[in-house]
Amino acid sequence: MSNVSIDHPVVIHDLTVAYRDKPVLWDIELSIPPGKLVAIIGPNGAGKSTLIKAVLGLVPTVAGTVSLFGGSYRERRQMIGYVPQRSSVDWDFPTHALDVVMMGTYGQLGWFKRPGKAQRELALRCLEQVGMADFANRQISQLSGGQQQRVFLARALAQDAQLYFMDEPFVGVDAVTERAIVNLLRDLRARGKTVVCVHHDLDSAPEYFDWLVLLNVRLIAAGPFETTFTSENLRKTYGGTMGAAIKHIEHFEEDRLAISVQADTKRPNGH
Amino acid sequence: MVIELFTDYTLRNVALGSALLGIVSGVLGCFAVLRRQGLLGDALAHAALPGICVAFLLTGSKAPLVLLIGAALAGWLATTLLLTAVRETRLSADSVLAIVLSTFFGFGIVLLTFISKSENANQAGLDKFLFGQAATLIAEDVQTMGLLGAAALAVVAGLYKEFKLLAFDAEFAASLGFPARGLSVLLTSLIVIAVVIGLQTVGVVLMAAMLIGPAVAARQWTNRLGVMLILAAVFGAASGVSGALISVSDAHIPTGPVIILSLTAIVLGSLFFAPARGLVWSTIRRRQQRANMKVE
Amino acid sequence: MSSAIVILLTGVLVAVACALLGAFLILRRMAMMVDAISHAILPGLVAGYFLAQGPDLLAGFAGAVLAAVLTVSLVEALQNTGRVGGESAIGIVFPAMFALGTFVVSKYFANVHLDADAILYGNIEFAAFDLLYINGVSLGPQSLWMMSGLCLMNLLFVGLLYKELKLATFDPGLAAALGFSPALIHYALMTVVSITTVGAFTAVGAILVVALFVVPAATAYLLTDRLPVMILLAVALGALSAVCGYAVAIVLDASVAGSIASTTGVLFGLAFLFAPQHGLVARARRLQRQRLEFAVQTLLVHLLNHEQSAEQQAESAYSHLSGELRWHPPFARRVTDAAKRATLLQQHGDMLNLTEAGRAEAEAARATDLQR
Repeated sequence: MSNVSIDHPVVIHDLTVAYRDKPVLWDIELSIPPGKLVAIIGPNGAGKSTLIKAVLGLVPTVAGTVSLFGGSYRERRQMIGYVPQRSSVDWDFPTHALDVVMMGTYGQLGWFKRPGKAQRELALRCLEQVGMADFANRQISQLSGGQQQRVFLARALAQDAQLYFMDEPFVGVDAVTERAIVNLLRDLRARGKTVVCVHHDLDSAPEYFDWLVLLNVRLIAAGPFETTFTSENLRKTYGGTMGAAIKHIEHFEEDRLAISVQADTKRPNGH
Repeated sequence: MVIELFTDYTLRNVALGSALLGIVSGVLGCFAVLRRQGLLGDALAHAALPGICVAFLLTGSKAPLVLLIGAALAGWLATTLLLTAVRETRLSADSVLAIVLSTFFGFGIVLLTFISKSENANQAGLDKFLFGQAATLIAEDVQTMGLLGAAALAVVAGLYKEFKLLAFDAEFAASLGFPARGLSVLLTSLIVIAVVIGLQTVGVVLMAAMLIGPAVAARQWTNRLGVMLILAAVFGAASGVSGALISVSDAHIPTGPVIILSLTAIVLGSLFFAPARGLVWSTIRRRQQRANMKVE
Repeated sequence: MSSAIVILLTGVLVAVACALLGAFLILRRMAMMVDAISHAILPGLVAGYFLAQGPDLLAGFAGAVLAAVLTVSLVEALQNTGRVGGESAIGIVFPAMFALGTFVVSKYFANVHLDADAILYGNIEFAAFDLLYINGVSLGPQSLWMMSGLCLMNLLFVGLLYKELKLATFDPGLAAALGFSPALIHYALMTVVSITTVGAFTAVGAILVVALFVVPAATAYLLTDRLPVMILLAVALGALSAVCGYAVAIVLDASVAGSIASTTGVLFGLAFLFAPQHGLVARARRLQRQRLEFAVQTLLVHLLNHEQSAEQQAESAYSHLSGELRWHPPFARRVTDAAKRATLLQQHGDMLNLTEAGRAEAEAARATDLQR
């Protein structure tokens, strides 16, 4: 274990987390190799976000150890970036995009010290990387959902980390943002960073990520997509609800079809 | 009138005290409001009463610092109970707030009447913490208030970055290694200071407005937290001074209520007429949009 | 009737009148709105006094109800602007109303008996001295008549509209669909609350009336899961607080209203600690038991996962447990002992092995867990 943990950014050993009396994560054994884009996938209530929060020490654990680059989270904090769910903050807060991004540098700054010119320039560069430089001085409530997500990503970039944890970065974003996030993830991978994302969309997962963690309270499977993304593993992960999930996706497709057909037939009459 | 500000002893103390309160509660209120804890100050103000009474019963002293410590301890106890009850029971935060506020205050009234009826105690002056009697402020009170307020503002200035992060995204703050809980306790303690200053000036009931009003008004004018803090301080101070000036002109007019009424006027003015966020402009914009849509 | 009995009866009647409505206020999350109303009716009372050219019960009630409805509408209007958060809206409206009331009183009615102390904590002590006269005949203390009337009103209100109140509280959408306007019920409740507040005002004052509305009902909420029981318990707790509070006040020679409010607080504290289901102690004990049960299951699943694996030797060693699962050694021992007692596992030297029963339990735990 000691050999693996130094070059593996994340090594989780027998991790168990419970909220009150309900087990949320059970006996998780997982090590994530470096330089991968990792998707954590599982049904609602599978403990995906909790896994991230437990690794970051934001929720208490019942048992188990987490080592990040061979050390504790406290020791390795400066190497780790975090993107919380977008809905977790009040976007009417009186601040602008650049300021939010600068918050990513607060950890390195430490107590009392204020961000200065260097931090400002770093934050601007990070905004540029996510295509948001033009919005630096925009009040955050005036940004679209996708733009807000990109600001959060830029804030994580400003943390200048080796390992990133992102909680549902693709939820509720527009196509442009989705593209931007995918490009950013690939860029991070090219620079040797590891990114762990909670993801909910089975369709896009194989395209966006190269490593998969299937989770449903217990760890179902983990490994490269080619070997792990199998129907058997998915059935194990989603249990009886998988059929329903697939049907749901089919219905969704049908509805979309029906709407576009309707729109096509209506258009000539409308004019 | 303005000249009297510098010459009249009473007026100067009242105006200075009220302005101080406005500045301190304006700045701290911003954080309370942004963290959606606006009414926490209301509960702290009510909880301070038994603390003040116990401090007096134990020491027999009416020195502001002694009473402040009593108020702060009671405020700390009230906050702890509040957070525990919200976390551990199925009662909503709003119910727990009302429970803490009313029972602490009830106990304070018991102590206050007990003190006033016991023979040797000199209780005169304790009840000015109930309704605030700005007119009785003396130079020494104002000095204590100034020191306390300056200390609170110095902490905010030093930890501005940390408090901002806490108010915007406490979880992210924790992930960066800042002790979110400790910072939160510190911020609450600073609000207790504002409350103690406020009790002497506007009293228990009106304290909530002193914390919430300036912040709500200031938010209307700016999208920057730093500017919002300064504006809230200005609005708080302006309502404090104008309250003092108006009430001094007529013996029948109490200072505290006038401060709150001036503040309410500022809040309403800001809500309706502030540039960008003013309700008047957004209503006009909506009307125009609707009209444009009809034309198309 | 002796003055002590009048005070006691008044206290009990006020507590009962308030507690009858408390359950709905708690469940509708309107506790702070009641606090706001109890302060904000002051300008209404003053306006009533002004229009009637003197103290007039009916004008006072009318003014207070109007002020209460105005307060509720103002708070909602402020919230609907999207510029002010829910609780900030309350914190702006009620101090403004209260300040307006105090301002008018001190400016124009400086010598009227409407002093601030009485508004904030009432004077139930004088309950026996205000007698009700009709055609010059004394009918006894006015407070008793008024509080009885309030009790009757609230009893009728809750009794007649129980179904509607319950529905509008738990499912406003369904209530609207069934034709019971939730808004109408909301404002009806606020009206009854404000009338009760005005009545209770003179006895216990603005802040303590909040204690009587909210605290007994909140205490009851910690003791039962059923609405009718909750209402009855709230009434009983309110009455009990009034009796005990009065006794304490006599002993200490202190404010009766304050003592009653403190007693409601003490009863709440007792329920908070010792309530059989929701109390802190019961929950801590349940949590501890569950933690042990849960830890046993974790251990069993852990052993099961590593049963056929190469590292079984290392993972299943007892001496390894505290390191592997990050358990303190004493806790690890307690967990293993509990599992051994339940014959779920056996220990051979340092090795922990699942028994048949233990394996079944671990597999069941894994399976139920997946179905969740």
